[in-house]
Amino acid sequence: MFNDLLLILWIIIKIIVIVVPLLLGVAYLTFFERKVIGLMQSRIGPNRVGPWGLLQPIADVLKLLTKEIIIPSASNRYLFVIAPMLTITPALAAWAVIPFSQGMALANINAGVLYLFALGSLSVYGVLVAGWASNSKYAFLGAMRAAAQTISYEIAMGFSFVGILLAAGSMNLQDIVLKQQGGFWHWYWLPLLPLFVTYWISGVAETNRLPFDVAEGESEIVAGFHVEYSGITFALFFLAEYINMIMVSTIAALLFLGGWLSPFEGIPLLGPLFAWVPGIIWLFLKIGGFLFLYIWLRATFPRYRYDQIMRLGWKVLIPVTLVWVVVVSLGVEFKIAPWFI
Amino acid sequence: MKKLLHYLKTFSLWELLKGLKLTGRYFVDKKVTVQFPEEETPRSPRFRGLHALRRYPNGEERCIACKLCEAVCPALAITIAAEPREDGSRRTTKYEIDLFKCVYCGFCEESCPVDSIVLTDLQHYHFENRGEQIVTKEKLLAIGDKYENEIAKARKEDAPFR
Repeated sequence: MFNDLLLILWIIIKIIVIVVPLLLGVAYLTFFERKVIGLMQSRIGPNRVGPWGLLQPIADVLKLLTKEIIIPSASNRYLFVIAPMLTITPALAAWAVIPFSQGMALANINAGVLYLFALGSLSVYGVLVAGWASNSKYAFLGAMRAAAQTISYEIAMGFSFVGILLAAGSMNLQDIVLKQQGGFWHWYWLPLLPLFVTYWISGVAETNRLPFDVAEGESEIVAGFHVEYSGITFALFFLAEYINMIMVSTIAALLFLGGWLSPFEGIPLLGPLFAWVPGIIWLFLKIGGFLFLYIWLRATFPRYRYDQIMRLGWKVLIPVTLVWVVVVSLGVEFKIAPWFI
Repeated sequence: MKKLLHYLKTFSLWELLKGLKLTGRYFVDKKVTVQFPEEETPRSPRFRGLHALRRYPNGEERCIACKLCEAVCPALAITIAAEPREDGSRRTTKYEIDLFKCVYCGFCEESCPVDSIVLTDLQHYHFENRGEQIVTKEKLLAIGDKYENEIAKARKEDAPFR
């Protein structure tokens, strides 16, 4: 009895250790985003609150928390409030299976990839419910767009996961990372390059980020599914979006860039030189790189037209992944070194 | 062949990479932002900002109430009343400029025969109450006293071009 309680307490501590830095990470990701976009637009970004503007996210959070929650009178009150929770819960729950380093995972389950994929799909319900419950045409259109887009890109994303599963022969995230041992040329991004690119594109589309943000589309449908939300309810959507961004980056780092493995492994001089760096640092560096890419894409590309998004998803990405899954199967069958041994 | 090249270009994301390269270059480029409250962009000595009335070095006010500025003002922003002073010289009893009417054309300064009314390079000023936009003679003289050095310097710099 006492041992059970202790175990539960231990799990709760672990959850806190994951969630609190994650939320802080989200806060500073917004700061990072504003700063990077500013720099790319020949500006310098926020620098007024605190030293170098570092307290800006804190000020933003306080502003959001103290704002009034407005519930439109024509909305479905119950669903309106439940929708943000439906969005943030899967976004947070997905972190349970992420291995931050060798053996550092909350739950090291065998179907890790499947679990991630399932929770990734669940997040669309929150968006859909939010759009419907708002009882506003903009919100509804945004929700419809988001749902159609997410579902379309999930297929391409699923196929790139299939490629990984074929290559690694496992659904356990730790096993997948350990299968990529060796220098950076052993990682799966090289043999699975088309799948890697496809995964990244569908990942950006899944999180409804630019250039695939038709679900929000300020210029056409105001703010999409969350037009009617304010205060903390809006903050939850915002939080979920950024947590999902970090999630997609983390999955990309784990599946295609060898997770916590050092890129210099097996190189005569550099390998031992960087051997002391803990794996989690490498993982964070890789995640940071992907997040930077997210923001870089946002600063560079204009929004896709809706039918173009659908065309890209169905007529380009899915065929590409299908072809490459066959190529990967051949590679695995004939044990092509150094990846498929 | 052309089609093949097109496919190659599309699937290597060539155009997108070119776009990324451009923003990447701006990312590391030097920024031109001016940190406003701490630093400002340079202003010409001809800058036409807030008005001021000047005095002679001996402390006597320059204005002789000729009312040329009042006459030339295209926005009718200047109101002047004049009366002989005890020593018999002609002086203004009232010299008011409505800053909401003023268009900052600088005609008053050009028309002034004694260089009394001038436009300084002050541009950061504000009003907190209704009625404060009408600056009285005392305030204008005070501004002139406070910034006499700057005003004189700007006039001197600009003199060869007048």
